[in-house]
Amino acid sequence: MQLTREARGAHTRCAAGLSPFTRTLGTLCAIAAPALGGVLPEDRADVLWHVYKGGDITIQGPSVLVRKKVGDNLSLSANYYEDMISSASIDVKLSASPYHETRRQGSLGADYLHGKSTYSAGFITSKEPDYKANTSYFAVSQDMFGDLTTVTLGYRRGWDRVFKDRKDPVSGRIVTDSVFNNNLGHNSADHRGYSLSLSQILTRNAILGFNYELLTDQGYLANPYREIRYLSPGLGPGFTLADQVYPNTRTSYAATAQLKYYLPYRAALTGQYRYFHDTWGILAHTVELDYTQPVLRHWILDGSLRYYRQGAADFYSDLFPRANYQNFMARDRELAAFRSYTVGAGAAWQFAMPGVPSLGKNSINVRVDHLLVDYSDFRNALLVGTYGAGNEPLYKLNANIFQVFVSIWF
Amino acid sequence: MRVSPGLPSVSLTVKLMRAAAEALLLAALVGCAAPTPWVKPYEREHFADPIMSFNRDPVSSTYLQHVFETREGARGATGSVGGGCGCN
Repeated sequence: MQLTREARGAHTRCAAGLSPFTRTLGTLCAIAAPALGGVLPEDRADVLWHVYKGGDITIQGPSVLVRKKVGDNLSLSANYYEDMISSASIDVKLSASPYHETRRQGSLGADYLHGKSTYSAGFITSKEPDYKANTSYFAVSQDMFGDLTTVTLGYRRGWDRVFKDRKDPVSGRIVTDSVFNNNLGHNSADHRGYSLSLSQILTRNAILGFNYELLTDQGYLANPYREIRYLSPGLGPGFTLADQVYPNTRTSYAATAQLKYYLPYRAALTGQYRYFHDTWGILAHTVELDYTQPVLRHWILDGSLRYYRQGAADFYSDLFPRANYQNFMARDRELAAFRSYTVGAGAAWQFAMPGVPSLGKNSINVRVDHLLVDYSDFRNALLVGTYGAGNEPLYKLNANIFQVFVSIWF
Repeated sequence: MRVSPGLPSVSLTVKLMRAAAEALLLAALVGCAAPTPWVKPYEREHFADPIMSFNRDPVSSTYLQHVFETREGARGATGSVGGGCGCN
């Protein structure tokens, strides 16, 4: 525990949440999902700058995505993504110290079109000082029923290595904790994912999408920097911090249905719902509504509302009654019960590159989202001195998310 | 309270993947005698409009998804679907 207190802090995994494997899922969307059965995605380059500000955390950085056809049947894609993190979050303040660090992620993908089938494969690698993750994936899409239906099957596999950093008491430098995991210096986690997707044209104005995904994890799944707290009346602030103990396995199931409708005056309305549950006891629902409206000749405006609700994991507690209360114990707020609300708006201005006929389609885009997370059983333990252990106000997270990006079709 | 989260449902996984493969095979076989598409290719111009894409700007939607997934317990099944637009 002492090491944890002296540690540099909760790194990206603390600040940015749960398993890095989930991050790769998003990347797969960028480099794999556009590969639809029967048609290859357009040649395109995007350069994005993102900023997240909320809960005393600032995360910003670039993302560059390039996709290019080679011949008639092959499309290659590459993505570089960076998170530059500056964190003094509530978790860091409780059990560690503020920190700065960078996570870099790169990926390569290929999509091969053969008749009405598309075969996709790729590799993603992510690196930060105390976490290294590699993921490979394969998917096959098939158009059928007169191209009204597309079915996609996907598989992915991930291998992670988890390290733990600490501050050397003599030199004051940040070093890798060599005694972490019984002197091995690192821990490991493996991930597998299986997905089934379906898109179905319903009418000349409506299309339905369905995704199912099963993910399994095995290995070290906890955050080595975060800690539980348990009641200890009369001692210190009234609670004591201790290491989290996570299960070594997790299996989750998620299903999403999306319906997109083309409105008569050239606008699009999308509704979607996701159901999620896992073997840790988390049950979650996500509902989202998106509206897209082209205006004038060169503008496209977007608006979105998103509601998310989850129940707590079976082994989560904000404040355990005593030490070693149960075999698995966690206080990661991503495992707590909460509701979150997101409202977003975006605008895209489309233009032709002056003097370059081959670049006739380009866009400059901005998007702003506001996120509110309202926790039901995660308290602001930093206020224990005023309210007493277990009576602190519930924590709320307010965050603003900014994106600016340029897209070029070539 | 003792908590015992389940082991990975490997058998369930295999069953699900087998069911998915069978469904795909069945769909492919049925596709050999595919019914007449009820939305004709010339009636699908709306699906060629970028505003009807499930994932119009992958670089942006990927980032936003990353923001959510790192702050929530839920994950997966958010990959955009699409295709079947017959716009090629």
